[in-house]
Amino acid sequence: MILLVMIITPFVAAIILAFIGDRRFAPEANIFGSCLTFTASVALAMEVYKYGPILAAEKFFFVDAFSVYLAVLTSFVSMTTAVFSRRYMQREREHGRVGPARMRFYHAMFQMFIFAMLLCLLSNNIGVLWIAMELATLSTVLLVSLYRTPNAIEAAWKYFILCGVGIAQALFGTVLLYFAAEKVIGEGGEALLWTNLIEVSGMLEPTILSLAFVFLVVGYGTKVGLVPLHNWLPDAHSEGPTPISAVLSGLLLNIALYALVRCKVLVDGSTHTHYAGNIMMGFGIVSILVASFSILRQKDIKRMFSYSSIEHMGIATFAFGLGGPIATFGGLLHMLMHSLAKSSIFFTVGHACQMHRTQEIARIKGLFKGDPFVGWTLILGAMAIAGLPPFGIFTSEFLILTATIKDVPLLAPFILIGLAVAFAGLLRKVQYMVSGDVPSYCKPLEAARAPVILHMALVLVLAFYMPDFLNKWFQTAVELLK
Amino acid sequence: MNLQVLAQINSFLAALVLLTAFAMLSQRKINSLVILFAWQGLFLSINTAVTGFVAAKHHLYISSLLTLSLKVILLPYILHVLVVRLKIRKEMETIMNIPATMLIGIALVIFSYHLTAPVREMSTLITRSTLAVALATVMIGLLMMITRKHAVTQIIGFLAMENGLFFAATSATYGMPLVVELGVALDVLIAAFIFGIFFFQISTTFDSLSVEQMESLREDN
Repeated sequence: MILLVMIITPFVAAIILAFIGDRRFAPEANIFGSCLTFTASVALAMEVYKYGPILAAEKFFFVDAFSVYLAVLTSFVSMTTAVFSRRYMQREREHGRVGPARMRFYHAMFQMFIFAMLLCLLSNNIGVLWIAMELATLSTVLLVSLYRTPNAIEAAWKYFILCGVGIAQALFGTVLLYFAAEKVIGEGGEALLWTNLIEVSGMLEPTILSLAFVFLVVGYGTKVGLVPLHNWLPDAHSEGPTPISAVLSGLLLNIALYALVRCKVLVDGSTHTHYAGNIMMGFGIVSILVASFSILRQKDIKRMFSYSSIEHMGIATFAFGLGGPIATFGGLLHMLMHSLAKSSIFFTVGHACQMHRTQEIARIKGLFKGDPFVGWTLILGAMAIAGLPPFGIFTSEFLILTATIKDVPLLAPFILIGLAVAFAGLLRKVQYMVSGDVPSYCKPLEAARAPVILHMALVLVLAFYMPDFLNKWFQTAVELLK
Repeated sequence: MNLQVLAQINSFLAALVLLTAFAMLSQRKINSLVILFAWQGLFLSINTAVTGFVAAKHHLYISSLLTLSLKVILLPYILHVLVVRLKIRKEMETIMNIPATMLIGIALVIFSYHLTAPVREMSTLITRSTLAVALATVMIGLLMMITRKHAVTQIIGFLAMENGLFFAATSATYGMPLVVELGVALDVLIAAFIFGIFFFQISTTFDSLSVEQMESLREDN
């Protein structure tokens, strides 16, 4: 019941917001809708925590520890992003970058995007998972081109075409999966249900599933932003409005990885080898290395942090590929931490860019003097994302590295090199931006502090103290992904 | 009609789908491309109906009607209207010359047959041999998207790919469950509206629909 409330709220909110249009209270309605979704997701999580996995609506929806943790994370970050976007988008309007019609579109599509992501997480049907993933792309394509600048349109077109092509491969993989499942389960909708597939995964034909996984990894891997399928990501994440960058980097990548991991579990169950894991580890390592070296060359602050997202998704993909309790636990924790830290960074970066009216790193200076809050949260955020203790990303990266050294010691140096290069690149550039004098074109603005403080506090606290329920959640999820 | 004849009709229609895919690969005029795309949809729709009859799967009739209305009527109509409204008449430049692309296309067909061999061995459906054709259609659509530098041709390549995927689902498994097929059709429909909007955005911002001008977002600038 609570599950239906949760999934329907953003959908209804999207429709209502499309009608409200550009009224004065539209941003508040957006926040209200997101709060409602978040409340429902917490209630749902409590239910799952108490009674275990839930099947609802004639097996159409399914939620277990793995998906519910991502659902809570998704609705939480979208709520804080809605809070952040209220003032941010208002200022973008004052700067004349968006008009009333586009604001209406922005709010409606923001909620539609949340709906698509939640549908991905809660759907029990692998086919519907694919459809929702495509819907998530489609609902954000026109948000990326919201400013209608040549660069924004180019970025959105790339995003549309490359993700469309990628996701088409995933559909072919899903067809093959259905082909294999149909032999065991029989025809009809039942053969695509996750709950049925996982029970019979040992009986699925290994050759077909191996073939299917190649298509699935290319398809969903494009959306995760794995190198060499990542070309669209830095553009799409840097040219759109900052709240959208925050949810794309912080949430959508996680959802795509979720889909990939779900498929991997099935393939593992069928092949009984480390085949799928090896593919994911390969993509992971390449992503970490290429992305971290790309960070060094970036001149645009949002592009730089987009590459950092690719790097972190590489780490998480690698962790899930490696498998085993410690690495999987690390991967889950890493998804959570990256999501919180990265969206918080995009909030502060958004402020810094609005103050300086540019995204160019060379033109952003003197944040410590200009706005100490933005300066400090930016440097702290960069430290967190670079994996410095005492932040949570250090914990997750430490776990993943420990497992790597234990299982595949030869790969550990590559990860360490990637981490070190990313660390150097990020901190050097951020340090340049926060120090020095305030340039003349910089106009101080009032920052929306609450979302940033909340995210950073969570990243910090979870590094020291992992509440029991979260620990148990992760442990259950680790069991599920074995 | 006996099963043998129907199976042959099925293969014949599959061959026609592949033929239209190659025709699209060699066609430079956008108007003709739209027409070829509509033909491909029509062959696909008939093929689905025949498969539905052979396998006695009634939901395939619905899929067939869906294909007919979406890919033979609605999408070509939208594309046609856009082409007229945006006054696109120019013949399109390709990155590679056409004979070379055709040769790559042939290689892709052989590759598809090779790749789907394990599926063909395992399948008992009479449509199993057409799965390779379906995958080839997907790959040729992809090739078309890579070798063309025009927004409209890229979209037609994208839709041809989608045709191939739908074909794959029909030939490997007698179609995906209905809820999935409807969802995919809905996604394609939304995508159609989005690329419609895009064409206008691109042509007003860049003065033409060639995507060659869109290369400011590069790593080396």
